[in-house]
Amino acid sequence: MSEAQLSEEAEHQEIHRPLMEKVVAICFIVSVIGTIGLGVTYWVGGQPQVEGGFLFLALGGLGVGIVAWGKYLVPQGPYVQERHEMKSAPEDIEAMHASLSRGLGQMGRRKFLLRLLGGAVGVFGIINLFPFLRSLGPVPGKSLFVTNWKHGSELVTADGRVVLASDLEVGGVMTVFPKGYEGEPTNAIDQVILVRPADYNLVTRPGRETWGPEGYLAFSKVCTHAGCPVGLYQELTQQLLCPCHQSLFDVLTGATNVFGPAPRPLPQLPLYIDSNGVLRSQSGFNEPIGPGFWERGA
Amino acid sequence: MSTLEERAVEAADFADERLGVAKFARNSFNKIFPDHWSFMLGEIAMYSFVILIFTGVFLTFFYVPSSHLITYHGSYAPLRGQKVSEAYASTLNISFNVRAGLVMRQIHHWAADVFIAAIVVHLLRIFFTGAYRKPRELNWIIGSSLLILSIVNGFIGYSLPDDLISGTGIRIAFSIILSIPVIGSYLAFFIFGSNFPGTSIIPRFFILHVLILPAIIAGLIGAHLAIMWHQKHTQYPGRGRTNRNVVGIPFWPAYALQAGGFFFITSAVIAALGGFVQINPIWLYGPYIPYKVSYAVQPDWYMGWLDGALRLMPSWEAVFGPTYGGHMIPNVFFPAVLLPGITFGLIFAWPWIERRFTKDNQEHNICDRPREHPVRTSVGVGVLMFYIVLFLASATDVLANTFETSLNLVLWTLRIMLFVLPLVAGLVTYLLLREIAQIPTIGEPKVPVEIRRDVDGSFAFAELSIHETDEEILELPEEVAYRSLVGSNGGGQLHHATHQGNSDDVSEEHGVFEVPRD
Ligand code: HEM
Ligand code: FES
Repeated sequence: MSEAQLSEEAEHQEIHRPLMEKVVAICFIVSVIGTIGLGVTYWVGGQPQVEGGFLFLALGGLGVGIVAWGKYLVPQGPYVQERHEMKSAPEDIEAMHASLSRGLGQMGRRKFLLRLLGGAVGVFGIINLFPFLRSLGPVPGKSLFVTNWKHGSELVTADGRVVLASDLEVGGVMTVFPKGYEGEPTNAIDQVILVRPADYNLVTRPGRETWGPEGYLAFSKVCTHAGCPVGLYQELTQQLLCPCHQSLFDVLTGATNVFGPAPRPLPQLPLYIDSNGVLRSQSGFNEPIGPGFWERGA
Repeated sequence: MSTLEERAVEAADFADERLGVAKFARNSFNKIFPDHWSFMLGEIAMYSFVILIFTGVFLTFFYVPSSHLITYHGSYAPLRGQKVSEAYASTLNISFNVRAGLVMRQIHHWAADVFIAAIVVHLLRIFFTGAYRKPRELNWIIGSSLLILSIVNGFIGYSLPDDLISGTGIRIAFSIILSIPVIGSYLAFFIFGSNFPGTSIIPRFFILHVLILPAIIAGLIGAHLAIMWHQKHTQYPGRGRTNRNVVGIPFWPAYALQAGGFFFITSAVIAALGGFVQINPIWLYGPYIPYKVSYAVQPDWYMGWLDGALRLMPSWEAVFGPTYGGHMIPNVFFPAVLLPGITFGLIFAWPWIERRFTKDNQEHNICDRPREHPVRTSVGVGVLMFYIVLFLASATDVLANTFETSLNLVLWTLRIMLFVLPLVAGLVTYLLLREIAQIPTIGEPKVPVEIRRDVDGSFAFAELSIHETDEEILELPEEVAYRSLVGSNGGGQLHHATHQGNSDDVSEEHGVFEVPRD
């Protein structure tokens, strides 16, 4: 077949598919109905499920109709097309090399200027990086090492109520903050979980003889793994559970990490009860709370 | 000529006279697209991205990126009187008060999940068919970058409502950034503008989520498609298909209609999901309060592997020196920084890793069949299995509850499975593929047999040949006409002619130089 004939033939390649035409028409009509439904739904106040349903019809009708048109009502070939290697012809590559070298040669003679240019751009880049980094926030300084717990901080609840030694029954648990810091955003770091596993002077670990008056134990509530609040107290096993990755901390041995990925015990806050029966902290934590970071050791 | 055609031609002329697009447009109309269902995976990703932009712009009209605390007085009664952030309140407002707001929010979230799922499956198809080989390594790199960017943007997106679950996610993200050796604490403070939680992260996440990352993603998708267009599509082996041709349907009109229609089908499915399947009902989770515990914290699916890795990691960390004055590489660094780093490093490097072994520097335009490449396929299956186990591990608590066993058992089972299953899966795949390769008729279509029984009771077999299509592979008629117009070698002769005019001896005496070029 000659080329002219071939193109002639394809020109008149008509596809007769009355049934398909009907299908496409129905699809478009469904789409219109869906769109009208959508408009009415919106007009009368909207309802997510109904909106989703009508959107499905409106878009689906269009989509199926158009795809059917493209698949059944226009020529599909298969057609073939040549493809060429991505690589250019050798003479083009050579010419590219020549142009590249010519330019480089013309500039490369001024080595000193080149170096100076490199230096200038580099210094500019580095200096101007600072506003983009340094202005964004403060340097950490010591802030990862400290909390707002100090000697004598009163324990208060989230709404600022002072916690008395009589407040918690044996087996009870509550979240407390140093007085004055119970609000946002400091409560994220200062949160402490107060547990009362027994009403005697419990010693969780050697050196902590006085830390848990009347069985009150206080631990940082910030998980040493990734910082989630360790809020689930399982009275039966005397364990605190972190909901994020299921680390378990054993209360009676000083919230030691007994299960899961948490790498360190929860730091314990030393408590005392003042003459008015108010729970207070003897001091801050004796180590940084929460997840690890480069500047701290063990 | 119909008036429509006239007007279209007129418009084309207008464009050509100003931009000279005739040649490019003609080539584009005639571009041949091979057809295969797996080529639609990338399209699904792209269309979901378009839907994300549409629905996302709508949401920006109502969302307030602020962690400023206000007392909620909106229409969701159970939370009235509570202190919530403006971000959270405005998301409730979108869900309950803005007309079509909830459906838009849910479509946006579903589109994100579909987007990333489509990219992952698209990547798998590229991997298992070897479509990343020369000349397509650049698109492999761009595609993998798109995967990272879309995961990051997805995470940032679902952090924006500032509900209990997303706030917990941000807390974990802070700890992960904090864990990077040397620079971690600085980086975390710079990103958050202070120690956790601060008040800057929501507005910063917002601008990243709606402008910066989408712009980069859109740019990369553009480059991805331009490269694909220029290099032409890969195709599966088949009759008449060679490394030097493309067999399929023409862009105009068949492919344009099919692809355009497919956009609406993708949208329809995502819209139905958004309408019928509830996703992220933040009013049930409550606002983020740093000391409030969220149960069953399950992040979006694409974060599952990281969450699982965090859970499976033993409670180790690397410690140098005392608490004060020493140094530490924290626990989360290994599963949440190192593992993703290695993961994406390997993905990026894969085309070059493979080349090291195959020493293959040829162009490949025909996709491999996975079964014909047992090593690559079994490596892929094994690695995939590793991430599937990690994904499962993000549900240790759920698994323990459903199977009514201890968390301990689930954890250890998964830790062992994490290393054993990939090996087993890879090995089994390898052996199976080796086995399959022995079957002589593999890959050949089965020939249907007709069995006849004669009156005398004897059987007769006859092979039917319905698979033999006599479909001829044609050239596009315009293509043929064009060639007779321009000459068979395209611009070949023309090119040759100018090349001879090229002179190497640019003499400085003339004062005006001709820059040597062809
Ligand atoms: C935003 C995400 C993405 C979009 C919108 C997208 C879109 C597309 C489309 C429409 C195609 C052509 C059809 C096809 O083969 O599916 C394509 C081809 C390609 N994509 Fe993607 N893609 C995305 C992500 C990725 C990823 C994650 C990878 C791999 C790491 C990747 C690697 C490739 C390669 C190598 C090709 C060329 C192969 C060929 O022509 O068959 N893409 N992409
Ligand atoms: S944050 Fe507590 S276990 Fe991960």
